[in-house]
Amino acid sequence: MSQPVIEVRGVTKAFGGVIANREVSLRVEPGSITGLIGPNGSGKTTLFNSIAGQHPVDSGSICFEGQEITRLGVQQIARLGLVRTYQQTRIFPKMDCIHNLLIASPHRDSEWRDMFRRYPPSMFEKAERLLEFVGLYQKRRLIAGTLSFGQQKLLEFAMALMNEPKVLLLDEPTAGINPTLINGLIDRLKRANREFGITLFVIEHNMRVIMNLAQHIYCLSRGKLLAEGPPERIQDDQSVIDAYLGAH
Amino acid sequence: MTRRSLALHLAILAAGVVAPVLFPGHTIQFAVLWIMILFALTWDTMGGQMGYNSLGNILFFGLGMYVCAATQIGLYYDLASYTASSGAIKIDFTDPQYFVGLALGVLLAAVVPVVVAAILSWVLFGLRGPYFAIGTLGAAIAAAELTAAWNYVGGGSGIAMPVFPGGPGERERFFYFACMVGTVFCYLFLRWLYRTRFSLAINAIRDDEDKAEALGLHTRRYKMVAWSVSAFFLGIAGALFGNMTGFIEPLEVAYPTLTFGIFMVAMTLLGGKGTLWGPIIGAVLFYTIKEITWTYLLGWQWIALGLLIIVNVVYFQQGIMGWLMQRKPEWFGVRVDPAPAGDAAARGRE
Repeated sequence: MSQPVIEVRGVTKAFGGVIANREVSLRVEPGSITGLIGPNGSGKTTLFNSIAGQHPVDSGSICFEGQEITRLGVQQIARLGLVRTYQQTRIFPKMDCIHNLLIASPHRDSEWRDMFRRYPPSMFEKAERLLEFVGLYQKRRLIAGTLSFGQQKLLEFAMALMNEPKVLLLDEPTAGINPTLINGLIDRLKRANREFGITLFVIEHNMRVIMNLAQHIYCLSRGKLLAEGPPERIQDDQSVIDAYLGAH
Repeated sequence: MTRRSLALHLAILAAGVVAPVLFPGHTIQFAVLWIMILFALTWDTMGGQMGYNSLGNILFFGLGMYVCAATQIGLYYDLASYTASSGAIKIDFTDPQYFVGLALGVLLAAVVPVVVAAILSWVLFGLRGPYFAIGTLGAAIAAAELTAAWNYVGGGSGIAMPVFPGGPGERERFFYFACMVGTVFCYLFLRWLYRTRFSLAINAIRDDEDKAEALGLHTRRYKMVAWSVSAFFLGIAGALFGNMTGFIEPLEVAYPTLTFGIFMVAMTLLGGKGTLWGPIIGAVLFYTIKEITWTYLLGWQWIALGLLIIVNVVYFQQGIMGWLMQRKPEWFGVRVDPAPAGDAAARGRE
């Protein structure tokens, strides 16, 4: 087995008395599309926040490409190539789409003096290509805050791609998107994985989407890892079905 | 630069050069107007472009003023005994002494505030929103109180500045042009700066700092530079203003949090924050109104100014430039979605 790109070992995170994640361990293989499912409040977003460095974990460790990142901050982790999107879409609402993408260009090697440079034309072209990829080319000069929610979601996805991540953590990429657009989005996620070689780790509530998308799925329930395996196995797992239907 | 824009810039420069010649009695007022423009421009870098509302930027103005004064005097005389005499000692500076002292003083008045801004930014940029505003206000008030308690720089009784060598009117004209050059330089610098990646980064911090961090942006770096740029120009402005006034003291002249400190915010809001020209227009309008009320509405001047600020903040939050951008977005190269929000057809085009 190759070295996992993300390896979470025994991570526990509590908010006061609420234990959001209890001894969670999982691995994301490079180049894969891995899913994370679970009923509401099962600790999926908390786990994402822990991985992305949004808050410190109480115990356990998180490795990215074999490197310990448990104690790194959000910015450092992002610069390593581990980028996340938000469940509540977050873009820069007062800037136009092109500028939203430009600012998302990688900051990995940026030095002090780089802040006083202008963006080269190649960067504009790249931004336009990615906007075309997500289907927002026509809207590239519009102020991002005026786009519809679904379009903002696509924009956020394009921004994440602009950042050239190795791994993308997607928190419910299809939530709130027009059902007719979901198929297009699934297609684009698969293409991003295949063509740009980006490993995807996806939280998703829509079972049809995640079963179609992921090769391997983890299921959380009440902060604990309940089951894992390929989609077919998860679909038939009695404990997963019970968790979703509220059995104890 | 288009021909029309070039003509506008040249016209403003020409007006600036002619103003003290046509109205020699108002030279100081015009000089203060340039400083007001500089105040608004530098405040907007933080408050408008980056979304960090500092109420303490006046700190760098006062700091620059004191650094310059200490340099000008300390270069040729013992500062402690000069301030201890409370003006009894008169130093006769020769012309070269005066101008060398002034040049060095202005230089240090620019550098020291930058260093202080960089240090303060480590502490204060952990704060956001109203906490940052109050934190910076606290820093400015603390600076004023510390200066007032520090006898080496004259404490509360201040410092009498070196006397400008030259005939009547020459001092005013000299500092008027110094202020004008400083502000024009500040404008040109910001104009250049707002076209680099820096501008996009501080706009991103304004729109959503957490998101900017999640993309790996070196947010601290940008915030520190933004504040240092403000501090640099405010320090120079302080040095010039102190020399123009002739006498400096901490509470009313160097760190006037309640007048200049608030004016910088009010002027920027009036003109429209987050734009290059908004602060300039706001400063000119606000200062003109202020000078008129001080002349014709004496006794009511603070009430008139307060009313202006309240009306601005309650009914006209976008400011003049913001209003123009809403009304005439095409003037600014901004496009808005022609399709109404939620239009399925518009979304279906993807």
